[in-house]
Amino acid sequence: MSVFASPDVPGFGSDLPIPWWLLLVKAVAIFVFLVVMTLFAIWWERRVVARMQHRIGPNRVGPFGLLQSLADGVKLALKEDIIPKAADKVVFVLAPIISVTPAFMAFAVIPFGPEVSIFGHRTALQLTDLPVAVLYVLAVASVGIYGIVLAGWSSGSTYPLLGGLRSSAQMISYEVAMGLSFVGVFIYAGSMSTSQIVAAQTQYWYAILLAPSFVIYVVSMVGETNRAPFDLPEAEGELVGGFHTEYSSLKFALFFLAEYINMVTVSALATTLFLGGWHAPFGVTSFWAGANHGWWPIIWFVLKVLIALFVFIWLRGTLPRLRYDQFMRLGWKVLIPSSLGWLLLVATVRAVNAQYNLQSRDVLLYGGAGIVVILLLTFIPDLLATRPSEEPEGEPEWDAMAGGHPVPPMPGQSRPVLTGARASDDDDDLPTEDDT
Amino acid sequence: MDGFYGGYGLVGLLLLVGVLFVTVAFVANGLLRPTVPGGDKTVTYECGVDPVGEGWAQNHIRYYVFAYLYVVFAVDAIYLFPWATVFAAPGFGAATLVEMFVFIGFLAVGLLYAWKKGVLSWV
Repeated sequence: MSVFASPDVPGFGSDLPIPWWLLLVKAVAIFVFLVVMTLFAIWWERRVVARMQHRIGPNRVGPFGLLQSLADGVKLALKEDIIPKAADKVVFVLAPIISVTPAFMAFAVIPFGPEVSIFGHRTALQLTDLPVAVLYVLAVASVGIYGIVLAGWSSGSTYPLLGGLRSSAQMISYEVAMGLSFVGVFIYAGSMSTSQIVAAQTQYWYAILLAPSFVIYVVSMVGETNRAPFDLPEAEGELVGGFHTEYSSLKFALFFLAEYINMVTVSALATTLFLGGWHAPFGVTSFWAGANHGWWPIIWFVLKVLIALFVFIWLRGTLPRLRYDQFMRLGWKVLIPSSLGWLLLVATVRAVNAQYNLQSRDVLLYGGAGIVVILLLTFIPDLLATRPSEEPEGEPEWDAMAGGHPVPPMPGQSRPVLTGARASDDDDDLPTEDDT
Repeated sequence: MDGFYGGYGLVGLLLLVGVLFVTVAFVANGLLRPTVPGGDKTVTYECGVDPVGEGWAQNHIRYYVFAYLYVVFAVDAIYLFPWATVFAAPGFGAATLVEMFVFIGFLAVGLLYAWKKGVLSWV
């Protein structure tokens, strides 16, 4: 056994000779899971958003239209591939590959369930676990950003360039907040390994114990995946399609795949770090003792991931897109400072806890107080900010020919009262035939 | 596949499967898709208008400021992670906590400075 082997990660050390074919089966199973989840998530998103907008959604291909996204994917792969003349060809082709491969890789450390028996081999439902598993997920997620910024740059077009830059600025900003929200979990779990973090959540989920961390994570995971209301890189009204405007055929499909896999990955990470991983929800174990054993935990895991995905879809169906300055302000002036403050509070509570052996109830109490304090603190910048008053006191008088065009009165402005058919003759503001 | 490097070997295995997946997809795509070159289809897309000039434009420095800030805070996070895992272990007492307070204090001052300088407000 290597000296670097982590002794606190059971089931992944040298004591467990897992045959190579089993590892390959697990690796392929992760791939199949991710692709199926992507196809399902696209269908689900379309159906749920349709429901929210009083439409029906896809219902032609397969039962309930379930095969619609598969049909779309196949169709997309059979389309002609166009590389624009202005593009940097090598980077243009490489970008979607750089985007999609790390998206697959992040799932290597996500635990689907406890140890099970597969053809007589005891093995955990997880491809591998590293002592720094969560850091690894952050690292490969960052590699995916290269794919996006390179796609934007190599297209040789204005919209993708702006979209790619926006996207990278957005993702790096929210990755900081995301990384800081993990620290509270590490403090309580005492480990960065995903299986250890899940094991530490047998009693309390960290979503409850570390509620502010969870809130910060949820906000930053939406920002990190470029999803509504933070889908500024793809703001259709401003940037056409953002970084993938010039992409077509399979390359576009790969970007699409990467986006949805990233959604599944951050949802799985939320499940693992904050929602108890593959543990059954509260109360289930009281009447079903076997809920946390064998293959059953996969159900809880997938269920939690699907709920997290539903939140993504719900947000998209509900909220309008943020402006870019509002978005950056939220990231750097609210999420990151409150994250730092919260983790100092967690560390202090934990230290005091270890020193004086306080009960968990007290910790929760401190946590609740902390939420209130941090929420209040985030209002301070808003209070101090000198912003132009929303409604100027003296409403400028209505100029019917402002800018050289006839314009209607703005809200708050009133049209001069006209009396009689010939009254407009005396009114200089209104364009009449005499003016022309 | 054991020990410290075994874990990373498995990550490499997943990378290999990923590259294989992309390769197969590209080969299949290359064989199945139609290729009809010519026409204006390779012209840069500008909402129907002929593009003027190059697509590569000069960009505002503000993007780079955020990149620098990111580096600062990413290093901060990397420094925090191992600290967070050993923090509660016996032998690491109040001194460990105070050290981290000092470190984050410095970072916070830096963030406040950037804030005061107006770097954080997007124009």
